[in-house]
Amino acid sequence: MKGMKTTIAAVAALFAAGAAQAEPVKVGMITTLSGGGAGLGIDARDGFMLAVKQANNPDLQVVIEDDQRKPDVAVQLADKMIQQEKVDVLTGIIWSNLAMAVVPSAVAQDKLYLSVNAAPSQLAGKGCNANYFSVSYQNDNLHEAAGGYASSAGYKNAFILAPNYPAGKDSLAGFKRFFMGDVAEEIYTKLGQTDYAAEIAQIRASGADSVFFFLPGGMGIAFMKQYAQSGVNIPLIGPAFSMDQGILGAVGDDAIGFKNTSNWSKDIDNATNKAFVETFQAEYGRLPSLYAAYGFDTANLLLSAMGKASISDKEAFRDALRAADFSSVRGKFVFGPNQHPIQDIYVREVVKEGDVLTNKIVGIALSDHADAYASECSM
Amino acid sequence: MFSLFLEQLLNSLQSGLMLFLMASGLTLVFGVMGLINLAHGSLYMVGAFACAAVAAWTGSFWLGLVASLMAAALAGVLVEMLIIRRLYNRDHLDQVLATFALILVFSEGTRWIFGSFPLFLSVPDILTGTVVLPGALEYPIFRLAIIIAGLVVAVGLFLLIGKTRLGVRIRAGEADRGMIAALGVNIDQLYTVVFALGAALAGLAGAFVGTTQSVQVGMGEPVLILAFVVIVIGGIGSIKGALIGSLLVGFTDTMGRFLLPHAFATFLDPSSATAVGSALASMLIYIVMALVLFLRPSGLFGTEA
Repeated sequence: MKGMKTTIAAVAALFAAGAAQAEPVKVGMITTLSGGGAGLGIDARDGFMLAVKQANNPDLQVVIEDDQRKPDVAVQLADKMIQQEKVDVLTGIIWSNLAMAVVPSAVAQDKLYLSVNAAPSQLAGKGCNANYFSVSYQNDNLHEAAGGYASSAGYKNAFILAPNYPAGKDSLAGFKRFFMGDVAEEIYTKLGQTDYAAEIAQIRASGADSVFFFLPGGMGIAFMKQYAQSGVNIPLIGPAFSMDQGILGAVGDDAIGFKNTSNWSKDIDNATNKAFVETFQAEYGRLPSLYAAYGFDTANLLLSAMGKASISDKEAFRDALRAADFSSVRGKFVFGPNQHPIQDIYVREVVKEGDVLTNKIVGIALSDHADAYASECSM
Repeated sequence: MFSLFLEQLLNSLQSGLMLFLMASGLTLVFGVMGLINLAHGSLYMVGAFACAAVAAWTGSFWLGLVASLMAAALAGVLVEMLIIRRLYNRDHLDQVLATFALILVFSEGTRWIFGSFPLFLSVPDILTGTVVLPGALEYPIFRLAIIIAGLVVAVGLFLLIGKTRLGVRIRAGEADRGMIAALGVNIDQLYTVVFALGAALAGLAGAFVGTTQSVQVGMGEPVLILAFVVIVIGGIGSIKGALIGSLLVGFTDTMGRFLLPHAFATFLDPSSATAVGSALASMLIYIVMALVLFLRPSGLFGTEA
């Protein structure tokens, strides 16, 4: 009898709370938590879970699994989450090759996918999908901004290098799309390469006036250290991935002064961002990286949609996501027609604050920048 | 152009010598004990982390270097006495499984202690900067120091194996394990010493390479694969083969990355020359390995099986 009463009370409470919150939402997060690229996934997860914790919404459940940076593992996890855990929303993938393995099939099964990082060009143009939202950027964006910055800084002859894999090719294409000068030489390095002596020797001999490099994670650490040791002093430019918060500590003071382009920085001046940086630091004892910022925004976007629509009405829920009615750490946040953000991209410089290396904004590279593929998307 | 070519030759030599530090331990352990040790890359990682941690704690790179040798050798001794010793009489599949498990244990253990983010390790002040070599070639002092250190270790290793009593035992162990045990050599002790020696060399390589690259969990596996390529090319069990194989792999890899895109550019347009050249460059050492295996199935200096 007592059980009956509580049930009735609970049902009444649900009705009182309104139909929108009645439906619990289950999120499956697949991200890289072990192996060489773990720092990135851990940051994205911690940012996401910080927002979840702050919202304290009992209707939001999150299941987290480690993809080990392997496409086959990611596909298995996605199948398990969709079929067994019956999640409504998937998120969390860091690497573009894993995203290409998981996203097309997940959205075809009518699951929502919110990207916290990877956003390959294939999913932004002809392959766009109403169930796929990129909260971070489109892959080319930060590289395009770097190209634009290099031109405006007066560089005429750039030496460019990136790993030989799809995102590396997107990167150099993006840089060249906005760079007005000449390309002295274009080099693709092996993915996961750690010794860059041969490339640095070519840079030394090239006569270029600037070097653009996209080498995320450990590759960037190795390149930066060896570049500093080599005595070559041609200025370096890169996207934020080459100089994010997780890498700086390992590169050390050699990174100071390095210019990089990013759509997020810890000194973007708005109340949400300030609170995010402070609470993240208090919770985890380190500064957030841009991956953490994307994770935080993704969770808040999802929570904002949950407040407006019920997940069982997919169309209404997608509309609620499209409205992007949440307070972003990036300040303003708007989705373009292919559900990728239209946003400002900043130029940052690596500085030392006390004992900690971090980035500070020194200018805007591109404002209200949309991606190059939106026109190919018909939705 | 000449000085660029010379610089690439020095780079080849440097990467070859670092590979030799890894490959010599791997080939010794295989030659003397008949053991395939996949966890050799983990010992390299232990060396790098020990160097980074001690250098950060004491502020001295040199203490870090000593720590890397000691930590890797100690890890080697522990692993040999606790686990590897039980595997000598098992077949290679069991050894591969057990040492693969050790990779996982070392990786997650390191993550547990040091976290997932890469550690900082930098060149000591005395070795920063560049020197100008003949031919107006500017070359980093640290890379030059690594080349010299690598040569010293290589010579030391050849003297140890060729001229000392321990070396005689190691060579005898390679030739006939059963017989030297019957002659009264303490075979357990010999195995532990050889394993610790190999581990210390891997740890030293980890410390050197960690200084120019990133000290992170999982850094050992790519190097392990290269080291296996080296000992297959050189002939399994042969120190001389490991040296020649290392230099060959270092030279092929560096020069391939440097020259192939240029070679293709003579008859292809620049962007496809870059794509084809760099794709082929990353396969080149495996092509060399396949060629060597085709012409000499037991490697350049391997004994016929």
